[in-house]
Amino acid sequence: MIFESLAEKLQNTFKKLRGHGRLSAEDVNAAMRDIRMALLEADVNFKVVKSFVAKIKERAIGANILESLTPAQAVIKIVNEELTELMGGTVSRINIAANPPTIIMMVGLQGAGKTTSVGKLGTMLKKQGKHPLFVAADVYRPAAVKQLQVIGKQLDIPVFSMAEGSNPVTIAEKSLEHAHSHANDVVIIDTAGRLHINEELMQELKFIKDNVHPHEILLVVDAMTGQDAVNVAESFNADLGLDGVVLTKMDGDARGGAALSVKAVTGCPIKFVGTGEKLDALEPFYPDRMASRILDMGDVLSLIEKAQETFDADEAKKMEKALRKNQFTLDDFLNQMQQVKKLGSLDKILGMLPGMGGLKKKLGDVDMDLKNNKELAHIEAIIKAMTPAERSNTNIINGSRRKRIAAGSGTRVQDINKLLKQFAEMKKMMKKMTGAKGKKGLKGFPKGMQNMKFPF
Amino acid sequence: MGFFNKLKSSLTKTRKSFTEKIEQLVIGYADINEECLDELEEILISADVGVHTTMKLMDDVRAGIKKKEINSPQDLQPFLIKRIGEILSTGEDKACIAQTGPTVLLVIGVNGVGKTTTIGKLAKYYKNKNKSVILAAADTFRAAAIDQLQIWGNRANADVIAHTEGADPAAVVFDALKAAISRKADILIIDTAGRLHTKANLMDELNKIYRVIKREIPDAPHETLLILDATTGQNAIHQAELFTKAAPISGVILTKLDGTAKGGVVIGIKEQLAMPVKWIGVGEGEDDLQPFDAEDFATALFEK
Ligand SMILES: Nc1nc2c(ncn2[C@@H]2O[C@H](COP(=O)(O)OP(=O)(O)OP(=O)(O)O)[C@@H](O)[C@H]2O)c(=O)[nH]1
Ligand SMILES: [Mg+2]
Repeated sequence: MIFESLAEKLQNTFKKLRGHGRLSAEDVNAAMRDIRMALLEADVNFKVVKSFVAKIKERAIGANILESLTPAQAVIKIVNEELTELMGGTVSRINIAANPPTIIMMVGLQGAGKTTSVGKLGTMLKKQGKHPLFVAADVYRPAAVKQLQVIGKQLDIPVFSMAEGSNPVTIAEKSLEHAHSHANDVVIIDTAGRLHINEELMQELKFIKDNVHPHEILLVVDAMTGQDAVNVAESFNADLGLDGVVLTKMDGDARGGAALSVKAVTGCPIKFVGTGEKLDALEPFYPDRMASRILDMGDVLSLIEKAQETFDADEAKKMEKALRKNQFTLDDFLNQMQQVKKLGSLDKILGMLPGMGGLKKKLGDVDMDLKNNKELAHIEAIIKAMTPAERSNTNIINGSRRKRIAAGSGTRVQDINKLLKQFAEMKKMMKKMTGAKGKKGLKGFPKGMQNMKFPF
Repeated sequence: MGFFNKLKSSLTKTRKSFTEKIEQLVIGYADINEECLDELEEILISADVGVHTTMKLMDDVRAGIKKKEINSPQDLQPFLIKRIGEILSTGEDKACIAQTGPTVLLVIGVNGVGKTTTIGKLAKYYKNKNKSVILAAADTFRAAAIDQLQIWGNRANADVIAHTEGADPAAVVFDALKAAISRKADILIIDTAGRLHTKANLMDELNKIYRVIKREIPDAPHETLLILDATTGQNAIHQAELFTKAAPISGVILTKLDGTAKGGVVIGIKEQLAMPVKWIGVGEGEDDLQPFDAEDFATALFEK
């Protein structure tokens, strides 16, 4: 790993400092330097970083973090809070016009993902019962009109276009007439990608805006954008007055500091994030998740979601019921194990948890690959060698049965004993965790996560 | 307009803000102090050079001060030009050309960076050199990607080998290789679908394309070109790291340098991964492609 996560870095900084006894204001500066580096590595614009770190420092001194037993955590908490705050609340709605059609205009640099985002917004609005019309106003890029037409056809959403050589302003204007006569209540205009410093093309956008009066002008920004994001966002906002931002290509591994830069200079909410090439891969923007991502603090929420996705909902329900009635069997256990295996590698799971960098190192040579994990494979073999009766009631597994199971699974009797002991302990623990009422499940864990316990 | 002027004009904005800042430094500080170095560091960071590479460059600057190579703030700029020029030009190799048969160029990169446009420009470049060019439409995924390449093929008067949308890209590549060999083409340029470097299945698909090329023409691809958008920040390094695992990269093409983004991340890519930049894209037109020259690039970055 080239880049340690900020959490680890801060921990190391403070550890070093603790050695010298009392911490000084200078020590706080060292921590601030860590934060600055982390944000810059995540592509947050350096000017934004500067003012942000100044704010953190002020709060950190005010909060007397040096007296805290865990100064690293105290600082992280402040950073995370401030980041989330700066990134704004959640607004994942489109301003719907009182008098239809609602007009949405997508703008941005070349290659940011405008056309695909038009398709995704269309999908979303159609699901909400709207009747969108796409408008092909990118007359410059070869085959851009065709691209939108193909997407429209896939989604069964009409596309308004005009003969080659038409002016984008005229196209936008005429599209409104079409929308009126065809009862389209949302019009989404796909404009050509352009550089924010191209005056002629920026003027074209202003003309479109002045002629069709969009209810929403959305800037589409690639999550991989670097330091230049502020210049782009500033220019588009100054020329057009933006209503929101769509952050694309978030399914990659970019840390996405551009989100912070754009928010800081425009004040516009980031309304949606694009998370894939498919036309339904559009999600609401969550400031807290973005904050964790920028800080590389792991993403607990994503882990939970992944678990939810992976864990079959029906299975989870069945298991919950079994647990509540204290009828959790080895079959359920096997089932659960198979679901956990679907999560892939332990490495990846740990990576999604904050502060786990250290644990990862400690685990050292533990087999991270759940899919091919030997120990899990053993457990699976043992359970599979049991009869259904044995699986649902472990009490009947006496000495001779143990011998048979060991022979059948290619393991030793000790292994069977170990597993049965572990299983009994697990059941006990589960009973405690599901609580006497048995209704609510684990406190603070969203549904689906409640029944998730790792069998190791 | 000659190459140098064109490069200079396309980098005007970059140069202006960069030089202005450097000049401010020179005026603002009689002697080099920490504050002055901090600001220099900021200039590099704001050009997307990245924390890692910036730190290295700043170490070089500090060493230069110690060795008396830098004696006043006025020396900073020439020192950095030289240093960055060195990083970008070490081990620079010239374009690889096939000894016999077609020279195969494989063009790869994440979504929207300018692959297809750059291929259009490259086709024009080779056509101008009287080479026969074939283009392979191996982006069978994105809507209308094939049409887009065909329009570029028409502009450059180059044949385009295409199947239909949704077809197996490796099969398109196979046909294109056969066509290039039988038609005795000089150059075959393969357009691939934009893909994020983190998607294992799409990287596998790319690797399959690469293997098909190798199987048909063992020396090919003679160039595997990673297209990088100059607007991209530090993620570009991950892109280079992961793409090269699927198809070993021989060079980088930096696009969209006509904007305000500085593309400084290529310094880190060159330094950390030893991948040379071969061309730069400076506009959407078919002539807006320039060979990359490390010295000129570094100079143009600072020069008035
Ligand atoms: N200003 C500018 N725009 C460019 C440059 N190179 C490409 N573009 C534009 O960037 C946009 C995307 O270019 P494409 O060539 O379609 O990119 P791609 O990588 O093939 O995209 P996908 O195949 O969709 O992944 C188009 O609007 C191009 O005109 C450049 O050097 N400067
Ligand atoms: Mg393309």
